[in-house]
Amino acid sequence: MEVPLSVVLAKIVCVSEAVRAEGLVKHYKEVKAIDGVSLSVPEGTVLGVLGPNGAGKTTTVRVLTTLIAPDAGRATVAGHDVVKEPDAVRSLIGVSGQYAAVDEYLTGYENLEMIGRLYHLKAAQAKARARELLAEFRLDDAADRPAKTYSGGMRRRLDLAGALVARPPVIFLDEPTTGLDPRSRGDMWEVIAGLVREGTSLLLTTQYLEEADRLADNIVVVDRGLVIAEGTADQLKDQVGGARLAVTVADTARLGEARGLLESIGSGASEVDEHTRTVTVPVSGGTESLLAAVRRLDEHQITVQDIGIRRPTLDDAFLSLTGHKAEETTEDDPAQDREREAQNA
Amino acid sequence: MTTAALVTDAATVARRNLIKIKRVPDLLVFTTLQPIMFVLLFGYVFGSLAPQDPQGYREFMMAGIFAQTIIFGATITGSGMAEDMQKGVIDRFRTLPMHPGSVLAGRTVSDLMNNVIVLVVMSLTGLVIGWRIREGVLHAAVAFGLMLLFAYAFSWVMAFVGLKVRAPEIVNNAAFIVIFPLTFVANTFVPAENMPAVLKTIAGWNPVSTITHAARENFGNLFALPGRPGQSQAARLSEIEYTWALRHAEIYTLGWIVLLLAIFVPLSTAAYKKAVAR
Ligand SMILES: Nc1ncnc2c1ncn2[C@@H]1O[C@H](COP(=O)(O)OP(=O)(O)OP(=O)(O)O)[C@@H](O)[C@H]1O
Ligand SMILES: [Mg+2]
Repeated sequence: MEVPLSVVLAKIVCVSEAVRAEGLVKHYKEVKAIDGVSLSVPEGTVLGVLGPNGAGKTTTVRVLTTLIAPDAGRATVAGHDVVKEPDAVRSLIGVSGQYAAVDEYLTGYENLEMIGRLYHLKAAQAKARARELLAEFRLDDAADRPAKTYSGGMRRRLDLAGALVARPPVIFLDEPTTGLDPRSRGDMWEVIAGLVREGTSLLLTTQYLEEADRLADNIVVVDRGLVIAEGTADQLKDQVGGARLAVTVADTARLGEARGLLESIGSGASEVDEHTRTVTVPVSGGTESLLAAVRRLDEHQITVQDIGIRRPTLDDAFLSLTGHKAEETTEDDPAQDREREAQNA
Repeated sequence: MTTAALVTDAATVARRNLIKIKRVPDLLVFTTLQPIMFVLLFGYVFGSLAPQDPQGYREFMMAGIFAQTIIFGATITGSGMAEDMQKGVIDRFRTLPMHPGSVLAGRTVSDLMNNVIVLVVMSLTGLVIGWRIREGVLHAAVAFGLMLLFAYAFSWVMAFVGLKVRAPEIVNNAAFIVIFPLTFVANTFVPAENMPAVLKTIAGWNPVSTITHAARENFGNLFALPGRPGQSQAARLSEIEYTWALRHAEIYTLGWIVLLLAIFVPLSTAAYKKAVAR
């Protein structure tokens, strides 16, 4: 059977895109929360939106999930415009915001059952789905207690379960694993992997590079309301360049000395993490520089705990792209202060 | 979105709000004990101001205390919306494929049901302390219906306030500062015709007075307080109904109900459609 090329193209261009944003802008007075964000989530893939505090991740998610209208730009979810067809968009998405939005007075079960009803599932279906999700998120023991009595991590999991109630084809998760313990985080990764296997399209924001590296097919890095880089994790790492030599010394007092020695071997500026007693320096010749480093450190009787050549991590990519670390909070950033005030209000 | 969706979604939201009343002891106390306390306190403390006929005062005061309590009852719509905003529940609702009017409809209806409970509790307490319905069931139904309709319309005002203010405590405090005088500068607890000039004029046009007056009339409690010796009932009536609003209390109250709904249903709905926490 012959299918016209235009139809094939239309399918590729429109139907295969779960989320598409073009030049989204949202300003709050002088604060440019987002200033022209464009991104795309091909159907069945995971897009990781990576960025430091105040980068505009939550604002982007709020626009895409119909909560706020952008000042400029356009966005579609499964082909439906988020501003013009919010109802169509809402029936296709599941959302878990950055701050768990559970109803404290309802039990975990009642919360999920209510959400099921509001997605217009049949009563029996909503009930069964609620129980199923509570088990999946290891909340079955607490299912019939008011959510007021839940710990932060339990609320977070309940909120995430809420996003999955109707098995929506497109899911938005804003920092889904912030505040979860390692086990729950692992569980969450499992859940997300499961969703992806079933063909769900996912947009998740995170500050954890490891998470983006592990879960996302594609990554966009946002900073100060702008997309500053995009690509797969490998592509982003490649942007940073070659191998690095990392040395962990046993004695903090010798850190400065080690740094001097390693800089003479390396091909660029070093980076020192006092906390982990680690010096990292870009090198050109892999094994040779490693041997040279071992020799020099030994000559100076600096005890080495760990030494190795490593490929750049997403952390390195992030650092070189934004000029600051992903998880560092800029304490004296006025925009941050405003945000905190708004949250406390 | 269809009307059927509005009804089912609003019912889901209302059910959720009613569960809250059951789970939060404060609200349960507010709903049941507080009305009993008010009826007893006002009835016996203020009743003692009229030593020759405290029973008459208690009958007079019931309509007033009904009106005051259900208006305060309607303020929980405001603090409820503000709390839901603050806790992000509205954000969750707004990403669901619900009818956009259903959260406000569900909220105002559940708060109306709360007020029905309040009225039942107060009426029973009133009956125990000697209040009587003297004009039959139909007229009593008109009295209760008018009060509940007004409270319902007022819920929409409070919904708007709650959505704009976003902090439940502030909503409560602000509501108290406005509503407390509003329900006292009226014929609720004392006959307004004896008030000093300015207050008397305000009370004469205050919708709280007209609700109270309409209820009093329909309960047959209008002449529960004795007039001056030798005064005819007609003379007494024209003294009580000293403004056009009081002479046409039912129509005037209905006018307010329609006005409040006409203004605040669209305003609140528009505010809801744009509401985001933080
Ligand atoms: N309602 C608002 N009013 C004023 N400023 C806002 C508002 N919402 C967001 N902003 C500002 O816009 C910027 C981006 O905020 P946003 O919440 O999108 O950042 P984020 O990337 O999600 O940060 P985080 O990692 O801390 O969650 C911040 O500077 C914030 O202060
Ligand atoms: Mg955020």
